[in-house]
Amino acid sequence: MSNIVVENRDIVIPGDLLAEGMDYIPGDFTFREDEKIFSKVLGMVSVSGRVLKVTALSGPYLPKIGDKIIAKVTDVLMSGWRVDTNTAYTAVLNVRDATTRFVRKGEDLTGILDIGDFLVCKISNVTSQNLIDVTMKEPGLKKVEGGRIMRINCNKVPRVIGKKASMIQLIKDATGVEITVGQNGLVWLRGSAEGELKAQEVVRMIEQRAHESGLTDKLSKFLGVPKREIAPDTVPEPVVEGGEQ
Amino acid sequence: MAYTERLDGRKANGLREMSGKVGVIPNADGSAEFRTGKTWAIAAVYGPREVLPRFMANPKKGFIRCQYTMMPFSGTGERIRPGRSRRAQEIAMVMDKALEPVVDLTAFPNSVVDIFVELPQTDAGTRCAAITAAAMALADAGIPMRDMVCSVSVGTVDGTVVADLTYNEEAFDGHVSDIPVAMTARNKEITLLQMDGHVKKEELKIALEMARDVMSKIFDVQKKALVAKFAEVPQ
Repeated sequence: MSNIVVENRDIVIPGDLLAEGMDYIPGDFTFREDEKIFSKVLGMVSVSGRVLKVTALSGPYLPKIGDKIIAKVTDVLMSGWRVDTNTAYTAVLNVRDATTRFVRKGEDLTGILDIGDFLVCKISNVTSQNLIDVTMKEPGLKKVEGGRIMRINCNKVPRVIGKKASMIQLIKDATGVEITVGQNGLVWLRGSAEGELKAQEVVRMIEQRAHESGLTDKLSKFLGVPKREIAPDTVPEPVVEGGEQ
Repeated sequence: MAYTERLDGRKANGLREMSGKVGVIPNADGSAEFRTGKTWAIAAVYGPREVLPRFMANPKKGFIRCQYTMMPFSGTGERIRPGRSRRAQEIAMVMDKALEPVVDLTAFPNSVVDIFVELPQTDAGTRCAAITAAAMALADAGIPMRDMVCSVSVGTVDGTVVADLTYNEEAFDGHVSDIPVAMTARNKEITLLQMDGHVKKEELKIALEMARDVMSKIFDVQKKALVAKFAEVPQ
């Protein structure tokens, strides 16, 4: 006999009992012990069918293949760069993954990317030891030029992006600022100086109020800009799993 | 004369008034404050981050590293010399060992989670308050944990078994023992057990039973503080 002791969207802390019996399956941030399922983090329960999962409300960014992140060049290697990913682990960007042009052997790589540069890149590989490879060989991946970088809690990233990038679009419409959000919690804002400040303020606000529902509508009222419906096939950002709930 | 009535009028198993708060250090990845009576602990958690010095890194899993500090003005008036003392190092080590069984850092090899605990005011039971605050701060930082850890000191004062001793009780003129205990919240498994003073076998058994009973009160404070951070979440 199995029974579930929590409800959807309940707040649980580590070690809290979620369900008893073998009929339920432990999902993200949960574990089974003696036919019982417990939470592993401070977070919000989400029940989907037989799978119990906890959405963490805080916590470190776990690098995943295919994630778009914003990283900072920290060192120049023999045939690539070491980049800081805002995690406990650094990543390596190979020359082949950074540029399409031919790079001679022994050429000075700082001409392409220098120490201190930020870049929008994608995680192409992660090993079990969390060694990370990144690539820039995809449309939209480039060196960060101009604007400003801000840091947010990586668990709030889906909220800042919004459902089908609705939130980003809203800020763009209101301030004219171009926004790129990295899954690792780095945000690149580029536009007019006033616009950037305004956008930064709005992103901070979303981060602080991430757990409120209907945030896009509230912000649209606050900014005085209508929420724009985006057709699914013209989505500028990938639809992020676990976005606005 | 036996110690029948406690100096501050509490029951034998009565704890001091406790309070907990989470997110007190916005710059940290996770933080918490825990007070019991006049003892006050603030914990801040940073990480998982790169291990420095490098040789300490464990390629199999991440680890935790505690630092325990009493603030210079935290005692009874005599300035406490800042910096690591033997005592602070020992307490930091037992804190590591008390928290290590519950944290699960297998997903973060070669990384470290740093826990800093500062005590602005002390009145005995500081390592227990420090562990309780550190467990809350770890949960606030989103570190995967299999359980919470709660801690309280028990002991005997002149033959009477009591919980959560104050400094005045520890300094009581007679036989006194002070037994800091930390336990996991769910299974009540002991992760810290130290002892100072003289205690009889039977008294120790009663004291541990008492620690087991009162531990849930500390857990309630922890849970309330952690949930309160997100209390305004609409259903």
